[in-house]
Amino acid sequence: MADEVYYWQALNRALDMELAADDSVIVLGEDVGLYGGSYRVTEGLYAKYGEWRLRDTPISEGSFTGLGVGAALAGLRPVVEIMTINFALLAFDAIVNMAAKIPFMSGGQFPMPLAVRMPGGVAKQLAAQHSQRLEQMLMNVPGLRIAVPATPQDAWWQLRQAIRSDEPIILLEHELLYFSKGKLEPQREAPPMHRARVHRKGADLTIITWSRMLDLSLRAAGKLAEKGIEAEVIDLRSLRPVDWQCCAASLQKTHRLLVVEEDSRFARAGAEICAGLAERCFYELDAVPQRVAAQEIPIPFNAALEAEAIPRVADIVAAAEGMCG
Amino acid sequence: MEPDLMKTMLRDMLLARAFEERAAQEYAQGNIAGFLHLYPGEEAVAVGVLRAAEPADYIVSTYREHVHALVRGIPPGVVMAELFGRKDGCCGGMGGSMHLFDRERRFMGGYAIVGETFPVAAGIGYAVAMRGLPEAVICFFGDGAVNQGTFHESLNMAALWKLPVLFVCENNHYQIGTEIHRHSAVAEVHKRACAYRIPAKRIDGMDVLAVHDATIEALEQIRVGNGPQLLECETYRFRGHSMADPGSYRPRVELQAFESNEDPVKIAIAETVAGYPSEEQIAAAGSGNIERLSGELQRSELLTVAQLEAMKKEVAEVVEEAVRFAGNSPEPVMADARAALDCNRHDEVLI
Repeated sequence: MADEVYYWQALNRALDMELAADDSVIVLGEDVGLYGGSYRVTEGLYAKYGEWRLRDTPISEGSFTGLGVGAALAGLRPVVEIMTINFALLAFDAIVNMAAKIPFMSGGQFPMPLAVRMPGGVAKQLAAQHSQRLEQMLMNVPGLRIAVPATPQDAWWQLRQAIRSDEPIILLEHELLYFSKGKLEPQREAPPMHRARVHRKGADLTIITWSRMLDLSLRAAGKLAEKGIEAEVIDLRSLRPVDWQCCAASLQKTHRLLVVEEDSRFARAGAEICAGLAERCFYELDAVPQRVAAQEIPIPFNAALEAEAIPRVADIVAAAEGMCG
Repeated sequence: MEPDLMKTMLRDMLLARAFEERAAQEYAQGNIAGFLHLYPGEEAVAVGVLRAAEPADYIVSTYREHVHALVRGIPPGVVMAELFGRKDGCCGGMGGSMHLFDRERRFMGGYAIVGETFPVAAGIGYAVAMRGLPEAVICFFGDGAVNQGTFHESLNMAALWKLPVLFVCENNHYQIGTEIHRHSAVAEVHKRACAYRIPAKRIDGMDVLAVHDATIEALEQIRVGNGPQLLECETYRFRGHSMADPGSYRPRVELQAFESNEDPVKIAIAETVAGYPSEEQIAAAGSGNIERLSGELQRSELLTVAQLEAMKKEVAEVVEEAVRFAGNSPEPVMADARAALDCNRHDEVLI
């Protein structure tokens, strides 16, 4: 039976299920306990599982993330919530130097069953410090895996997979997705965590995207269809590793690549996607790969400028039309 | 104190000294490369603390951790092989001098970013406390690490949740080349613990018996659920920060200040004048902590001079064998590195 649920509810149910299934699962973060999480993701769980399983931490991102690393070394399966990705810059040593490297440096002795959840992206007028997209700072770290769920169904699947994995997994959640609704079929078998998904079939160009930009890309594809252009829309779901097979198979059909990302253009995730696919599919391509990305500027507070700084549906439509003209 | 334990600790210290001096020679000969941070002068801390720990306790250490690893029971050959970067090292040559790990002995790693040991130890302590086990976590750090945010953040959490962590400061007075009064507004490390209501003590880190007693006492408190404790062990390193460091920043006037304080490392400091100490200078310094324990054992007639000489000879052979073991161990190949990186990927096959 498919329920319509909010994205935050899917995450909440996933946590509930894993906390119940395995008493080594713990959740650490600011206001994850009594308060229930700033985006309601841990709502009701503190009452059910108690303070040792749902731990409200002080504002010490570097150390409570590092504490998660230590707890993982001693056999727990911590889910660290960093209230917003903007604060994750303070936790990079724990993520990059510890979580990603300890299993390797120890010669493969230690598991690292750590999941770190980070809400991020551009929300509504939160200004430059609270509107960051840091995909590219994490996806280039060997030893980490990066999941970017765009739908409640993927949030449910990927969080549960992350908790069960012995590898350190970063989940990049989008602040504007928490109150988006979608189908959740709890019994449906999950695809591998890093498998991309074709959301819309089309023969004229391939739009590759992830997280909140999936919704915009699908809307753009609808408009393009009215103009006679059929776009295939792929949600990557994972930024490390990237499902190159799925992307390349699509390009063999459409011969045109458009990457849509909320982050700006220079040296961001889209650059790697374009380069990786140019290497793999150069002779398949009928047009120069294109990117629709944010402007190269910190996000302004002003609402109109904020909206203008990041991709809009019309930008995607225009870019696609330009490529297919 | 048990006579056998005292002899064990003396042997540990002699082995530690011999191992480290040999590591320096192997470095000079090119068998060890990279950063190599040696422990001579500080032996009483690792030995006193770790001989008071139980096998079920966890150890979290820094990049100056060869001796912690040895005292914890990792065979000298296996440690030396890791220093050589070889396949039979405790991390298969993937970690090296600064990253020794041994899961079986609960040796949870050497960490080379200053201040990392605090949150790692707190996290292990969290797992222990949540399960209500009588285990403790021993967290080593230097005087330089107390100015990292992680020190304050982690001590706060450890105290708040009564985590079973013994914080052990190896205060050798220098963060690489900066003396403690030039890097810390409060130079008495133990005093900082009161900000988090963590019981703390300053002890003579050159006196292995004092270190051992203080550790036993602290661990007893920790095991009954009273939360973390902190020990500041005053010690001194005879060498530079690493093999790349001649130690020329330690000026005469500063050494004289230490002398006038009747510091237990007086002799060592006096001999360790500005400049890189030679083998002769180190020998002339009287080995500090080691001399003190062997003197004690001889005075109490637990050990004769002949027995002491035999012990020195025995550890020299152990070190010789360790070097032979390391030298004979094969180099790892890239497939070994890949396997270490992917060690936690089980059924899933990535595209």
